[in-house]
Amino acid sequence: MIEIVYFAWVRERIGLPRERVETTAATVADLVDELRGREERYAAAFADVSALRVALDQELSEFDAPLSGVREVAFFPPMTGG
Amino acid sequence: MKVAVQEGPFDAGAELDAFSHGRQQVGAVVSFTGIVRDRDGGLVRMEIEHYPGMTEKAIGEIAEAARARWDLADLLVIHRYGALPVGQPIMMVATAAAHRRAAFEAAEYLMDYLKSRAPFWKKEVTQTGAHWVEATPEDEDALSRW
Repeated sequence: MIEIVYFAWVRERIGLPRERVETTAATVADLVDELRGREERYAAAFADVSALRVALDQELSEFDAPLSGVREVAFFPPMTGG
Repeated sequence: MKVAVQEGPFDAGAELDAFSHGRQQVGAVVSFTGIVRDRDGGLVRMEIEHYPGMTEKAIGEIAEAARARWDLADLLVIHRYGALPVGQPIMMVATAAAHRRAAFEAAEYLMDYLKSRAPFWKKEVTQTGAHWVEATPEDEDALSRW
């Protein structure tokens, strides 16, 4: 089981802030493919991953990163702090 | 070093006074306060979302990197989240050093990194609707000079 969290318009498009999913995805990109195949709202949110950022266990990461041992995956648009 | 991620308002003047007070080895204090701005007219409020846990961690790492790079006596970061009305402070950084160059540079470094590496997202709520503020290429370019 892996915890997935969504922020900003990704959260709004998918319609929930977090969920636990059972997955065998080896990498973030594999997980994104699984999610895209679920429902239209996921396909819409993940249509262009170049517009998204990913964090693994609260550290910024890359879409080709492995998921082995990861407990929490976060998807969000580029940050706009400050 | 103080890092605060909070929903409530803060008094930038009082924070700066407390930060500057009673220092012996410090010749320079630089501070920056970011304020909710009504860019095009009609802004009702700014809503700031963040990633609890990662936010504190990311700011801590940015602050440590600044301390490793410049000889700072101290630094301060306050960043708010939630619904913020026009004119209210969003965030503040302050740096203290022996000389002004380190204080200025470290404050700019903190600002550049907080803008695009700390997990905050701004949404502008106007009289006609709401939209997420988009990061700009300039935000990312700003990091390349460091």
